[in-house]
Order: sequence, then C-alpha cells, then structure tokens
Amino acid sequence: MNDSTRVTTVGERGRPRGWTPGAQEGTGTSFKHEHLSAILADGLEGGFFEVHAENYMGAGGPPHRALAAIRGNYPLSIHGVCMSIGGPEALDVNHLARFRDLVARYEPMLVSEHLAWSSHGGTFFNDLLPLPYTKETLANVCEHINQVQEAIKRPILLENPSTYVAFASSTMSETDFIRAVAGRTGCGLLLDVNNVFVSATNHGFSATAYLAGFPLERVGEIHLAGHSEQRDDENEPLLIDSHDRAICETVWNLYRDVISHTGPRPTLIEWDSNLPDWHVLQEQALMARRVMAETEMSLAEELSREV
Amino acid sequence: MRFENLPCGYATAFAPGLTDPEIIAPDDVVAASGKGVVKRYNVYRNNVTVSLIEALAAIYPAIQRITGIEFFRAMARFHARTTPPTSPLLFEYGRDFPAFIESYEYARGMPWLADTARIERAWLDVYHAADLPVLAGQALATIAPTSLVGVRFKPHPAARIVRSAYPAVAIFAMNRSDGPVSPLRSGEPEDALVTRPEQEVVVSRLPAGGATFLVGLLEGDPLGVAVTAAFQEAPSFDLQANLAGMISAGVFTAVQHGD
Repeated sequence: MNDSTRVTTVGERGRPRGWTPGAQEGTGTSFKHEHLSAILADGLEGGFFEVHAENYMGAGGPPHRALAAIRGNYPLSIHGVCMSIGGPEALDVNHLARFRDLVARYEPMLVSEHLAWSSHGGTFFNDLLPLPYTKETLANVCEHINQVQEAIKRPILLENPSTYVAFASSTMSETDFIRAVAGRTGCGLLLDVNNVFVSATNHGFSATAYLAGFPLERVGEIHLAGHSEQRDDENEPLLIDSHDRAICETVWNLYRDVISHTGPRPTLIEWDSNLPDWHVLQEQALMARRVMAETEMSLAEELSREV
Repeated sequence: MRFENLPCGYATAFAPGLTDPEIIAPDDVVAASGKGVVKRYNVYRNNVTVSLIEALAAIYPAIQRITGIEFFRAMARFHARTTPPTSPLLFEYGRDFPAFIESYEYARGMPWLADTARIERAWLDVYHAADLPVLAGQALATIAPTSLVGVRFKPHPAARIVRSAYPAVAIFAMNRSDGPVSPLRSGEPEDALVTRPEQEVVVSRLPAGGATFLVGLLEGDPLGVAVTAAFQEAPSFDLQANLAGMISAGVFTAVQHGD
C-alpha cells in the first residue's frame, strides 16, 4: 500500500489548503463484490479500486469485510454519489458525518463527489440531477464543497456531469462554472470523459472545445465509461450515461487528447450494471494504462525532436 | 407560484415530475436549438423510477421471483412513486414495502407475501448490522444454576425475528435462490430467526415457543420470565434445544447478570 500517493494536503489548523496533484498515474476500476475473489486471485497490479461511498455506510457485515480485503491490497477511491452538492438545500449533516467517518476509516487515495443534486424536500431521488449555472448556484455549490472539505480535512475532486437538459436561467457555461468552483474552493476535478461526450452530443457542442475550456490542470482523476443511446423529441441521438458497457472508440480518442495535455492521471473504468466478467474490466483498465504509456512515449519523442 | 423564478427554486420546480408522470418539465428546462424537452426530462424521470424499482428488486428478490418480474415491477413502481426514499442510503429503503404489499389489491390472493417480504427486509438489516462477537456457549456454563432465572442477554445487532401466520420461512427459502420450487409440505405458521453467526446471514425456522422466548429475551426479560412465557404459549417448548439454538445462531452478544 503506497500511502505517499494520497492527495492529502492538510493545513496547519487542519483546514484543507487546496488540491495539489497527488497520484500521477495508475488505472482502476469500479469494485463490485461479484468480482472480489477474481480480483484477489488476479487483480490489477499497481492499480486502484473505486467504490460508491453510500454502499459502505452500513455499520458492519460483509460489505466492510470485502472493502477491507481490497483496501489491504490496493489504494482506494471513495466516490460519493448522494451528497447533493448541487442542490439548493443545506447538506444533510448526518450524511456528511457518515462520509467523514468512511474517509477516516479507509484512508482513500482519492475522494470525489458530483456536480449534481439528488435529494430535495425530504425525498432522495437516486439520480444525479442537473442545476442551472448562475452566480447563486455557484455560491451555493462552493459553500457545500467547503463544508465537505472542512469535514473530511482534505480537498475533494468534483466530477463534471452528464446532462440531458439545460436551463434557460443559466448565465455561465459549465466549464466556466467548474473553473470558478475549483478556484474558490481549492477542490480538484474529476474529469469524466464519457460525460463530456454524452453532454456534447446531447447539447450539440464540441467535446474538444469543452475540453479546451476545462481547467485540465486541476484534474486529479479521469473517469471512462460506456453509454447507451436513445432518441430525443426530434428523433436525434440522445446519449445516456449508463455505465453498462465497454468504452466507445470516440471516448478513447478524447481520453488520448486529454492525457496528451495533462500527462498521466489516475484513470478509472466505471462499470455499474450489466457487469461483465472481471477480466473484461481488467482489460479496459490495461487499455487505459497502454494509452497513458503510449502518450508519454510520443510526448518524449516530440520533445527529443524539438531539442 | 412559479418556483422556477426563485433564485434557487430550480430543484423545487424540477423535482415533482420525477415521481409523477402527469407533471411536465418546468419552463426553465430547455434544450439547445429550441429542441423539445419531453424525452429529455423523461430520462431523469425514468432514471429515478427504474433505479428505485431495481433497488426494491435487490432488497426483495424472493418476492420478485414469486410474483414474476412484470407483476413485481408494476407493484414496485406504484410504491416507489408514492413512497420514494427519504434517506440516501438505499439499503434503508423499502421498510414500508411489506405493509404496501398487504394493501396491494392485486396481491390479495397471496396473503403470505408480506411476511415473506418482512423476512427479506430483516435479511438486509442483518447483513449490514454492526460487527460484534456472538455469545459463546461456555458463558452460560459459568453461571450458578440458582442465578440462571435472573440472567438477561444483550442482543446482537445482527438478530431479527419475523413471526408469521403462514409458512413464510419455507416460502422465503424456496424462492430466495434460483433452485427448484416444490409444493409446500405444510401450511403451518412459521417464525423466522435471522442472524449472522459467522460471516453470512442465516435464516432459520424457530421451533414452537421459540419466537416468544427470544422476543422476550431480546426485549430484556430475564431468562425465567422468557421461559415461562414460552411454556405458556407452547407446552412442548424444549428449553435445552432453544438455548443451544440461540447460542449457535448468535442471537446475543453478551450475558448481563441480574439487573
């Protein structure tokens, strides 16, 4: 277990000082209990595993035993799905305390949450719901992120969303909004390349232009996932962030572009339903590793030509 | 009142339609190039409903197997829309589902279905309960026989009892896995004990008087009181067998002497 790769940067009075690049590479996958024995037999050397925080907020039992077995062999990424950072209401302090306790218990290499909301008016919707990008929502999101970072005494990585609608009331672009959040709160960013492609297709913008406007220098983790396709009201493609299949070629190509700008970054294959055999996930993670290695090689070649 | 015009009213405007298909997307919700938002908003509506149906299916797999997927999803959709979760922890969801099943018109022909669901809900509680050692058999041997009647036990967090007027344990056991389903041998009432003696959740059928005995002990009655209640309910109550069973099942974590 290599704890030197942790993104922890705690200030003198225990306040997070702001995100600084931690682990520079490594590839991982979502961890599902169905894969535990296969991973323990033939896992992902030098890799890491990511779990949804909420699945480990029970008091004890088999889930914690499985996660402890993984944590004994690999660094972890704890990915919160339900903090509702993008919601207008105050954060659920009980949920925040559970999140804090989980981070303290497993000392993950990476901690992340979403730019979205999932609870409102006493109901939990179990989905990542969209928000308008305005001065008001920016202030609110920043306040929530500060609160989370205060609680866990370290910066989080905030993930860009997949969206299917926009808001007429938005006054900022998503990339400007995310840049402002990172600047004000000191959080790092989790760049989900599939989400960029899904949103770009759904809203008719260029994924490359989005990435050009994205604060890549603050990216501490990259997500890659598969998506499904439906049709919108005009019978044009509407992509759904489904996490239920292999990553498509276009997303791999966008990932290559990102890595050529950022250099290697911890990269995670997200797969949450229609789970394949462990070796399918393992192979996708090794693919990401090859992309990082090839990109580094070609960067080195370019540099040596320029000298 | 137009909530969407308030500075942070977007969630108040967006939320109601997520669990009510009659409500259309709020005015502030748009798509690029003036495209329609019906199918786009439906993606969120669908994500919410389907993911909650799937959460219920994951908590109640035996119920889904008994009713068939189509019946189950219709019943679960109804419940998810009227009683969505209040906690972000989905393993806490569905506590009202057994009572909902009892009142569900189309499930009236299966009066034992709700108790079977109660066993499944208890199974998940036991699965996530805190880790504590189970009471060892020797703990009883060290107590002076004269003190035994006053002994109380500290419940293990991973212990639940579900009483049923139907053969709910047999129905649960037969449908919880993919194994073959055979006709029930009896229609006798069955009480379930759900515990986690080692690492895995175990569901067992309690013998006559066993549930009254253990419920009393779990509620803090001294051993003597629980035994008397058990004999009153079932003259055939077998004290030795029930004590041995409660130890091996891991119902308790410690002995508490006297008061």
